[in-house]
Amino acid sequence: MNDRGAGGARGGVGGESVHLRIERLGKRFGDTWAVRDVALDIGEREVFALLGSSGCGKSTLLRMIAGLETPSSGRMLLDGEDLAAVPAHRRPTNMMFQSYALFPHMTVAGNVAFGLRQIRPRMRREAIAARVAEMLELVQMRAYAQRWPQELSGGQQQRVALARSLAREPRLLLLDEPLAALDKRIRQQTQFELVGLIRRVGVTCILVTHDQEEAMTMADRIGILSEGGLVQVGTPGEIYEHPNCRFSASFIGETNLFHGRIEGDRLVGSEFPQPIAFVAGAGAAPPQGGEAWLSLRPECVRVHQRAAGDACVPERPGENAAPAEVAEIAYLGNRSIYHLRLPGGRSMIASVPAAHWGEAAPPARGEPVRVSWPAPDGVLLLR
Amino acid sequence: MSRGGGWGGRAWMVGVYTFLYVPILCLIVFSFTAGEITTRLDGLSLRWYAALARDAELHAAVLLSLRVGALAATAAVVVGTAAAVILVRAGPYPGSRFFVGMMSAPMVMPEVVVGLSLVLLFTHPTLAALGGRGVTAIWVAHTTLCAAYVAVLVASRLREMDRALEEAALDLGCPPLKVFFVITVPVIAPALAAGWLLAFTLSMDDFVLAAMLSDPGSTTLPVLVFARLHHGLKPEINALATVIVVVVSVAVLLVNRLLLAPPRTAGRSAARAS
Amino acid sequence: MKVRPASAQGHGRFWVGLLPWAWMLLFFVLPFALIVSVSLSTPELAVPPYVSPFAGTAVDGASAFRPDPASYARLGGEVAALGTPGADRPYLAAYANSLLLAALTTLCCLVLGYPFAYQLARAPEAMRNTLLMLVMLPFWTSFLLRVYAWMGLLDSSETGLINQVLLGLGLVTEPLPLLYNTGAVLVGMIYSYLPFMVLPLYANLVKLDLHLLEAARDLGARPTTVFLCITLPLSWRGIVAGSLLVFIPAVGEFVIPDLLGGGSVMTIGRSIWDDFGPNQDWPMAAAVAVVMVVMLIAPIVLLHRHGGRAGSDE
Repeated sequence: MNDRGAGGARGGVGGESVHLRIERLGKRFGDTWAVRDVALDIGEREVFALLGSSGCGKSTLLRMIAGLETPSSGRMLLDGEDLAAVPAHRRPTNMMFQSYALFPHMTVAGNVAFGLRQIRPRMRREAIAARVAEMLELVQMRAYAQRWPQELSGGQQQRVALARSLAREPRLLLLDEPLAALDKRIRQQTQFELVGLIRRVGVTCILVTHDQEEAMTMADRIGILSEGGLVQVGTPGEIYEHPNCRFSASFIGETNLFHGRIEGDRLVGSEFPQPIAFVAGAGAAPPQGGEAWLSLRPECVRVHQRAAGDACVPERPGENAAPAEVAEIAYLGNRSIYHLRLPGGRSMIASVPAAHWGEAAPPARGEPVRVSWPAPDGVLLLR
Repeated sequence: MSRGGGWGGRAWMVGVYTFLYVPILCLIVFSFTAGEITTRLDGLSLRWYAALARDAELHAAVLLSLRVGALAATAAVVVGTAAAVILVRAGPYPGSRFFVGMMSAPMVMPEVVVGLSLVLLFTHPTLAALGGRGVTAIWVAHTTLCAAYVAVLVASRLREMDRALEEAALDLGCPPLKVFFVITVPVIAPALAAGWLLAFTLSMDDFVLAAMLSDPGSTTLPVLVFARLHHGLKPEINALATVIVVVVSVAVLLVNRLLLAPPRTAGRSAARAS
Repeated sequence: MKVRPASAQGHGRFWVGLLPWAWMLLFFVLPFALIVSVSLSTPELAVPPYVSPFAGTAVDGASAFRPDPASYARLGGEVAALGTPGADRPYLAAYANSLLLAALTTLCCLVLGYPFAYQLARAPEAMRNTLLMLVMLPFWTSFLLRVYAWMGLLDSSETGLINQVLLGLGLVTEPLPLLYNTGAVLVGMIYSYLPFMVLPLYANLVKLDLHLLEAARDLGARPTTVFLCITLPLSWRGIVAGSLLVFIPAVGEFVIPDLLGGGSVMTIGRSIWDDFGPNQDWPMAAAVAVVMVVMLIAPIVLLHRHGGRAGSDE
């Protein structure tokens, strides 16, 4: 049941027509490849997130699509047209910059009108004014039309920047870390506003972020980048439930990873006290004796009280169980995060809903517990 | 810990300011003497200001200095800004280090050397087309010297400018050359203005280059003043100094108000991820 | 590092670069090459007053390079005569005077300017700009007239301002010979170059994190130790920058020694000026200039390396 996005490289677009096709795209700075061999299809009206830690090449990829960097290899096709020969200022793409890059010597209205004024043949003044008003209305900034950018709050600047990049009706909207410059407090609310607006306008959108929550909230599909390469493409659910590699598993959400060898339907030699039972995915059978990792989400770990000295054996076939001791507890209201210490010294984390304990008192720090999970909850990873 | 740094520190400051200003105050005080001696108040009068007002030779020199200053400052802003763009924006290319050295050398090179080298250029038999010594030569010398200062000022402003501003303009359909004029120039405008003013002041104040490169028809104000300092001192020079101090003070105050008052800083570039 | 795209921009950059490159090559580098060439010429009573080493024609009619090292030979001769007592060494004396004056000026500016810049950097933020402007204001007014002000202050007759004060207070009975000596030149140089020392020092010290000083105090360092171990090393770059900005132009200074030194203080700037003007010996002026520039490049390179090292320590 795992490895569905096998190979990870090309993310096919289910059903919808391909809008942007990226083929074997690479970018080299000096001796290092910032982006390597990226292949990706993005569908009409899709919101796609490029997710990765800083330095993974995601911004470079976005800047290549915008025409601000020249690819070292590969090509990009927008509705079948090769973008290579199109310079940045003629591309039907518009970008919202991380710093928002609002022109400090122009008013809000001037900023939004800037792109429209570049259109040839020239738009009529009234047409530009009407479009500016429409755009500012869309982002609810009409009252601020005559203000200067530096008089606005971060959230307001972000909305002006969005209005400016939508004004030219781009065929592709590019967002570079759209919310990174905002306070954490308003970021969450803005995520919903932003994606709601993008869907209302109906523009295809590629956004770059290092924040997995932002990517999962806003995007239809996510592409995870690591060291310049695309490691997995899929919907947030697909990636969370069926990561295809350790990087995806640990980048999206938290996970417990156990490293061992495959013997039959067990992972042996890991730091877990017993061989771990797993259920192999639908694809090819995992190679016997080969190296593998088991990813187990914290909410899949079940924690039970146990008396000291209790033997912890699986109660059902296909269940994994072991004794453990509570090392730390982080109380988060509706749930608690347990840091558990296994007999070998290895720690693992479990997310336990508050309701789990019912009337009983939850185990305290230092108390013995029993951890278990059914085999299908673990995901076997081969890389 | 008091931020003022105690009495010793304050006394030191007062001392240095006294050292800086007492000579200037003396100049001003004795410009109002009625006598002929530049360091004694033999009664109060404005006779030396009247002399200043009648001094046609001086007026010609002031006008020439203003003209050369304005022309040199303008040319220096053009050359210096182009140099700054290359210094900041062009990656390493063959000769780029040489360019850095060449652009900063005029600021430290002793003026007599720069002056001598330009005299040799303008009097060289095979370069007669340059027109020999004179106003043009002084203009060239001042432009060369000032372009180096302008380049430093503009380059530092360019470095702190958010590159995303230009990229955003490009992304919004503005052709590259137009981006420079509608985005870059307005954003760095304070540095351009400061550079122009600095260049203008340097040109107005320069004696060595102007003296070495002047011909009989091109006496700038410092050249004239220097000649007069050698031919006996008169309180008229004090009056001239007073006028200059007043004009400069007012100008500096105005510039501070106009250039520094609305702090319209460009969006600082947030560290770009990846 | 981001490499710029689009070859169109590369072309634009070429044309933009052409102007400063051409201007500086034509009006700065070429003239300097001319200085070197003229320094190897023979003086002549003509216009221009020298015979270029390229002017002579070889037998086959092509121009040949015929350097005349006479000017350098004169400088070398003075060095060779170092051991001879009483020998006339005007150029060597000028070099020594200039270097000594420049070094003293730099040192005095540093001693005067460092505590001043430190106070300025620690002044309340609202006042800092005004205080800084007050330092700059004299710099914006005419340099010649500021030197002229010192001519009045230091005047050696009884009408000299300082002498008036001293006589009036009865501290001296005869007016002191204050003007037209090395001391007068030094005062004038310090006065003129002080802002060039203060500004880089201020720019450096104002960025100094006060928490570092507090941390040092908190860890038990006495104020002098804090200054010697924290403030001074961290402001090293400002010291180097300020010293270079004062020292290098001071070596070649002409106006101040001329106006305040009278006939008594010979410097390189004056010797170049005299050979260029009254003496009409351009090859000699050029040779003196070349030697001075070479002399100045050496300390810049040294200090630059040193500054770079101090920087990497930070």
